Amino acid sequence: MLAKFFDSDLWYSFTRNPVTIVSAVVALVLILGAVLAPLIAPHNPFDLASLQLMDAFKPPAWDPEGEAIYPLGTDDQGRDMLSAIMYGARVSLLVGISAVLFSTSLGVLVGLTAGYAGGTVDALLMRIADIQLTFPSILVALLIDGVVRAALPREVHNDIALYVVIFAIGISNWPQFARTVRGSTLVERNKEYVQAARIIGISAPKIVYSHVLPNVMGPVLVIATLNLGFAVLAEATLSFLGVGVPPTQPSLGTLIRIGNDFLFSGEWWITIFPGVALVLLVLSVNLLGDWLRDALNPRLR
Amino acid sequence: MRKSMMALLAGLLVAGAAEAQTIRWAASGDPNTMDPHSQNVGTVTMVTQQIYDALISRTADLAPTPGLALSWTQVEPTRWRFVLRQGVRFHEGETFTADDVVFSIGRALAPTSNYGIFVDTVERAEKIDDFTVDVVTKIPDPILPNKFASVYMMSRSWSERVGATRPQNTRNREEMATVRQANGTGAFRLTVREPDVRTVLTRNPNWYGWQETVAGLAPGNVNEIVFRPVSADATRVAALLSGEVDFVLDPPLQDLTRLRAAPGVRVLEGPEVRTIFLAFDTFRDELVYSNVRGRNPFRDLRVRQALYHAIDITAIQRTTMRGQSVPTGTLFPAQVNGYVAAEDVRLPFDAARARALLTEAGYPNGFEITLDCSNNRYINDEQICQAIAAMWSRVGVRTSLNAMPLAPFFAKIQRDDTSVYMLGWGVPTLDALYSFQSLVATRNGAQGDGIWNYGRYSNPAMDALIGRMKTEAGPARQATIAEALRLYRDDVPHIPLHHQMIPWAMRSNISIPHAANNQPYFRWARVN
Amino acid sequence: MFAFIVSRVLQALPVMLVVAFISFAMFAYVGDPIAIMLGQDFTEAQRATLVRDLGLDQPFFVQFLKFVGNAVQGEFGLSYRLGRPVSDLIIERAPATLELALVAAFLALAIGVPMGVYTGLYRNSWLSRFFLTFSLIGVSLPTFLIGILLILIFAVWLGWLPSFGRGDVTRLGWWSTGLLTWTGLKALILPAITLGLFQMTVIMRLLRAEMLEVLRTDYIKFARARGLTDRAINFGHALKNTLVPVITVAGLQLGAIIAFAIVTETVFQWPGMGLLFIQSVGAADIPVMAAYLMLISAVFVTINLVVDLLYFAVDPRLRIGGGGH
Repeated sequence: MLAKFFDSDLWYSFTRNPVTIVSAVVALVLILGAVLAPLIAPHNPFDLASLQLMDAFKPPAWDPEGEAIYPLGTDDQGRDMLSAIMYGARVSLLVGISAVLFSTSLGVLVGLTAGYAGGTVDALLMRIADIQLTFPSILVALLIDGVVRAALPREVHNDIALYVVIFAIGISNWPQFARTVRGSTLVERNKEYVQAARIIGISAPKIVYSHVLPNVMGPVLVIATLNLGFAVLAEATLSFLGVGVPPTQPSLGTLIRIGNDFLFSGEWWITIFPGVALVLLVLSVNLLGDWLRDALNPRLR
Repeated sequence: MRKSMMALLAGLLVAGAAEAQTIRWAASGDPNTMDPHSQNVGTVTMVTQQIYDALISRTADLAPTPGLALSWTQVEPTRWRFVLRQGVRFHEGETFTADDVVFSIGRALAPTSNYGIFVDTVERAEKIDDFTVDVVTKIPDPILPNKFASVYMMSRSWSERVGATRPQNTRNREEMATVRQANGTGAFRLTVREPDVRTVLTRNPNWYGWQETVAGLAPGNVNEIVFRPVSADATRVAALLSGEVDFVLDPPLQDLTRLRAAPGVRVLEGPEVRTIFLAFDTFRDELVYSNVRGRNPFRDLRVRQALYHAIDITAIQRTTMRGQSVPTGTLFPAQVNGYVAAEDVRLPFDAARARALLTEAGYPNGFEITLDCSNNRYINDEQICQAIAAMWSRVGVRTSLNAMPLAPFFAKIQRDDTSVYMLGWGVPTLDALYSFQSLVATRNGAQGDGIWNYGRYSNPAMDALIGRMKTEAGPARQATIAEALRLYRDDVPHIPLHHQMIPWAMRSNISIPHAANNQPYFRWARVN
Repeated sequence: MFAFIVSRVLQALPVMLVVAFISFAMFAYVGDPIAIMLGQDFTEAQRATLVRDLGLDQPFFVQFLKFVGNAVQGEFGLSYRLGRPVSDLIIERAPATLELALVAAFLALAIGVPMGVYTGLYRNSWLSRFFLTFSLIGVSLPTFLIGILLILIFAVWLGWLPSFGRGDVTRLGWWSTGLLTWTGLKALILPAITLGLFQMTVIMRLLRAEMLEVLRTDYIKFARARGLTDRAINFGHALKNTLVPVITVAGLQLGAIIAFAIVTETVFQWPGMGLLFIQSVGAADIPVMAAYLMLISAVFVTINLVVDLLYFAVDPRLRIGGGGH
């Protein structure tokens, strides 16, 4: 399996493209840092009892006033920035990936159903997708977040806020997947092998699952990768507006919002480092997505 | 032709000179009404006090000084007599008389007024003659003049003409004129009012104060004030640095160093009459937001003391407040009448002592608690609470922070839906009673008593002292206040934290006296 | 055609009703306007009167029905925070937001389209690579960060452009415009760039992809074989064919621009509807928030409708199918 991958066109195109390799490395480092944060982060920034207020606002270690135990400095509460960024990237990625998985599953399901069933079902589902597409994700997220905030007591809300944000971002991006998958499904549905399968009595779900689905996975993967960048940014924007993840689980967006207050005051590291981490993460993911799109689309080669 | 050119040029020069005496002013919040009796909040009074005068004014040191009244005397225990200034006109031309005073006091007493606490003892106002007014009180009220410095005078005939005889209130379907119009006797008149965008005040050349020097303060030379709300901290600082605004009332603390160093910018520092403190639920038998079952740890004095000892106020002062706070161990700052320096002593920061007290009280492993905080009301409120949550967690009281914008925060604590919360209390009357009555008196439904006592602290000894404060005068009253301050210190109903400092930032060519009520008095401002 | 429009309008109605319900439900129980309106000192009696006068003691559905009934007449009540009719507030703020959104959209098109065409035609030139990298950075930087950086550079460091507000505005009836004064134009530059940058990159990337697709089609190859000039092929045939999706996306993006104006207006203190909305959220000013969401939704539904009609006008296949894709 692995050998087959390294032998593939995809791998060849990957090794030929230095930008892609660099982005892959950057993305990998950021993702590993985030995933392994509890194991490798120098501090646990969310263990309140370990915070020392007198250690607040320490500049990065290379600054004469910095300290080696805080490589990227500390924030206004004395949290280690490096650890905070690692934990923050963890939350950002968790939200981003979950949101994309959610919109992918929903979009693929709707697309397959619409494309395969056709007729009224198709028209209705695509109409909903159109309407959904007109509402910008940020507004949908604000709406959903507001409803949940209103409906639930605050304590409960803090516990489920993460899922609300995932749902809010995920729900606004599914139509892209649905449209693409529907298009491919329409094409596949009329091919002879699908017709043949239908004639010999294979059930519709099975046909879709074993014949149609594999053929639409390429474009889906491309959209998913590109969407990951959007999802991470959407989360950051919501957190910046103060309606994102709860402050007890700060994401990169939350860190930037907090640091933003210190941008003019000389404590630039509190906002610049999380900002750089966010931009690097989104940029590398987007570059990978671009490359994947070009590599999987033979017409563009 | 040449003559008219010259005239035009001269006109331009004059206009240019006038232009130079404009102050472009920014703050984070916009006043939500121009009605002087509708909203008792700083963002409103910072503008209305430029337009309206009260019977009694304040100097920049907040000392009472003649305003629209030239003198006031307590002719009987329940009767204050005010002799009015003559020859004063409102901006729209009406002459100011006793009728306007009686009307304005009545308006402040109306159910829709938000200034009730300043007239809470008033029975009625009586016109004696055109320039003499008596105020009859329900009980003897020695501090009435302090309160009357916040009751602004409106024109009766104008208010009747525009249909604003009672304070503006949003409950009506129609909009009231006083939301956007104003007609006072003050140093500046309102010329443009665009809510959330721009408020322009221009000099009232007929104001009586332009001829007076009050407490060493010469009248200023400002012709025009253009106020713009800029809520984003970074943007407000950027606007001052780039010269787009001249005066910022509330520069963020973290930017002070940069502002001080910036060429052409000056920072004026001073204390505010506002004390930040933490208050406990000492009423319930079991806390709502804690894991302790069957008892309320905050009813135990030792627990309250332990949490007090756990707070490193120096670290908060130095780091979170960047030096812009005065740590305190008492209920109000020194500017307030009744302050006793000997009672302004904190329980020292001592984590070991805190742990010992917790163990003694039966919580060797601490407990869990939720701290309720606002995040946009006081200076760095959320950051202070974060720091306190960490400090309490270190002595074993695992604290989760619930920080909210002021609207939901006030709504929550006003339902008594809290176990411990942070609050900041300003004292507009500059008298101890205002704080004691609102914050630590037992809530009994009477006007003023315990209305901001959301931990429902109740101590009969304290209530008795507060009762005496209301009617006593002179040294006896001072002794009562001192006794109450001692009880406050011993019984720890609150953990006092600090008095806020309120730095103002401005272009260097502007001079203005700093006032501890956070009110910029532009009547004494100069543009050089 | 008429039946098509009617069916689309009928489809829009339930959408609006759902939005009305959500926007009402969303804020019905959030915050407490009473606490704000009463301020620091009040009695229980004052509080009870206010609750009754505002109708906050009535059941949820009674409040909702009243809300919808009033909304249909453009009546959203009085703002809790400012004590003025919400419709007045919205009308005052709408020009600021619309002007910003339209200028941002114009910038996005005026710069995004040529960049897209160029990168599509000369996809291996260094300038194309530069544009692509630039567009990627544009997509990867959050809007609020772009705004803050622009303020830092152009307002604080260089002192060229204002950091907040609209500058001087001119009144044309109920409309206020910043386009007619020098300060107004200067104040518009940074917010418009901040708001338009993301859409610009979207349009550029879309146009590039479309150009690449179209240039591969048979009829372009055929045109080339016929010996038409490059210019005629590129602009007469290729670009023309990419415009339908671009118009669609640009239309849909206009909605996104208005929504993202919330962020831009917050950063630049732009006195538009987005800022009004965010300030109202902080003050739990329910009538304003509800009205804003209703209005924005109405705008989106309208844009959607117009785009549908454009499709209908441009794509002859739809006229036969009558709505299917």
